[in-house]
Amino acid sequence: MKRSSLLVLAVVVILFAISWILKANQLSATEENYILEAFLITFAAFLTLSVLSFLYKDNPFYKFAEHLFVGVSAAFWMCLGFWSTLVKNLIPRLSEGLSEFFNEPYMPGDYNFFFWIPVILGILLLMRLSKEHGWIARWPLAFIVGTTAGLNFVRYLRSDFIEQISATFVPLLIEWQGVGHFFSNFNLAIDGQFVMMLSNWVIFVGVMCGLIYFFFSKEHTGVFGTASRVGIWILMITFGASFGYTVMGRISLLVGRLTFLFKDWLGLIS
Amino acid sequence: MIPFEPIRLFAFGGFNVPIVISLLIIGGGMLWLLIRSLKAKEVDRRIVFVFIFAAVSAPLLFEITFDETATPIVKGVFEKIENMPERSRIVIAFDFDPAMAPEVQPMANAVIRHALAKNHRLIFISLWATGQALMDKTISEIIPAEFPQKQDGIDYVSLGYKAGNEGVLNVIVSNVKKMFPTDVNGVPLTDIAIFNGVRSMKDVDMVMAVGGGKPGPKEWVLFVGDAPGGPPVAVGVAAVVAPQMYPYYPKQVLGILGGIKGAAEYESELLHNYPRFAEQDTPGLRMMGPQTLAHVVIMAFIIFGNLAFFIGGRHKEKRL
Repeated sequence: MKRSSLLVLAVVVILFAISWILKANQLSATEENYILEAFLITFAAFLTLSVLSFLYKDNPFYKFAEHLFVGVSAAFWMCLGFWSTLVKNLIPRLSEGLSEFFNEPYMPGDYNFFFWIPVILGILLLMRLSKEHGWIARWPLAFIVGTTAGLNFVRYLRSDFIEQISATFVPLLIEWQGVGHFFSNFNLAIDGQFVMMLSNWVIFVGVMCGLIYFFFSKEHTGVFGTASRVGIWILMITFGASFGYTVMGRISLLVGRLTFLFKDWLGLIS
Repeated sequence: MIPFEPIRLFAFGGFNVPIVISLLIIGGGMLWLLIRSLKAKEVDRRIVFVFIFAAVSAPLLFEITFDETATPIVKGVFEKIENMPERSRIVIAFDFDPAMAPEVQPMANAVIRHALAKNHRLIFISLWATGQALMDKTISEIIPAEFPQKQDGIDYVSLGYKAGNEGVLNVIVSNVKKMFPTDVNGVPLTDIAIFNGVRSMKDVDMVMAVGGGKPGPKEWVLFVGDAPGGPPVAVGVAAVVAPQMYPYYPKQVLGILGGIKGAAEYESELLHNYPRFAEQDTPGLRMMGPQTLAHVVIMAFIIFGNLAFFIGGRHKEKRL
């Protein structure tokens, strides 16, 4: 290890210790386990800063935080899968003895022979760990893919296809009583006639032009080509709106982390 | 909190020192960057990060915030809860994790406060393992302190987390007890007053799905709200997911609380109608200060980048 790296490590360790002591001192009046609590807050702050340090450049502190996160996540989800799926969902429906062992209420009324099928399929999935018999794991995988596709097919067809088509059939003229009436009552209120009609026109034109853009059986020339170009503009505006929302989401996460640093760790804000 | 009122910034004797200092530092730096961009000089990406850090930190440290007005898409959710008869049953789904919490937790808090103030009954549920801890924390922090008369099992109940993703929704839409024989404390659902007369999700009055991943609000719409006889569903989603939810409004969802802006609008509406919550923390509104300033900085950078691109003549370079 380079001398400069050792120096940085030493500085970080000293700063960590100072922060821990100061935090423990601050919490001693209010918290019972103030030493542990102070350590957890300081460590969380250290990890936050380690991850943010990547913005400057890649470094060992970032790598440490990243690997810790990956390792803890893997272990967490593995344990959770066992306790919440096997112990909570399956065992109480299959075995009284095992339910007692895991301290889960036995559900004899829910026993069903077919529950053994996922047990067998689950074991077959583990065959993937074997080089010779790994192909067997394809069978349960095929079952998962097939049932998921089957279950989702109906839902998505109803909600994302039929309902969406139905939602596109909107009136293009709302409460229409002639041009004179329209202009004499013109206003920009969000629930006013003009804005509502404009919204419906945007939906109608947007959907039609978007569909035309993805229609490749006819050359995109003339009126069809113009509609196609409008379609691509609609798509670009949609992507822009999505990107805008994404930026807002990321800033919110940054605000969340900085609030933690300023409030919980440094105590700068109340 | 300090409300941001531009007219007051330079009014004699009334301007706000922290805001002016923040704006001067950020504005001065931006001006320097603009000049640098116009000279077609490179700007290190780390300088952009420093500006974003300053734009987010300053409003947090000086507690700068902005007024919000609820838009119809948020008002739809508020008015549904407001106008439902007392003792209506509302399911609140906590389908998120700590990473998403800064965005969606304020929505959950505001909706819970509103529903309990209207004397509705709440059923908490989570399809995310990480959601249960956040749900427990929310219940223990809000209900005993602000609604001490509310009782577990009568006014609210937590069903906890259940593994199975969409499969859980697929079952509870026809039979809740099959998937949740007990609540999170092990009390059978048959002994819980809230569940008297509730066989499936079709028997509740509304679902408020808060989250942003999968399974999440979208699955609640697809598997529960759109099921024949399904309850009305409102969603509170992370900003990244919000554009995907818009096509469902207004036919398939009552309203959408999109990102922290949606949360801030709901909080604003809640404070407007229920001044008793004025003393409670409003993280949504608090986060709109950093959001606004950060967005101004980002937009400025986009403009600077384009100016540098065109004035620097790089648009004339041949592209492959």
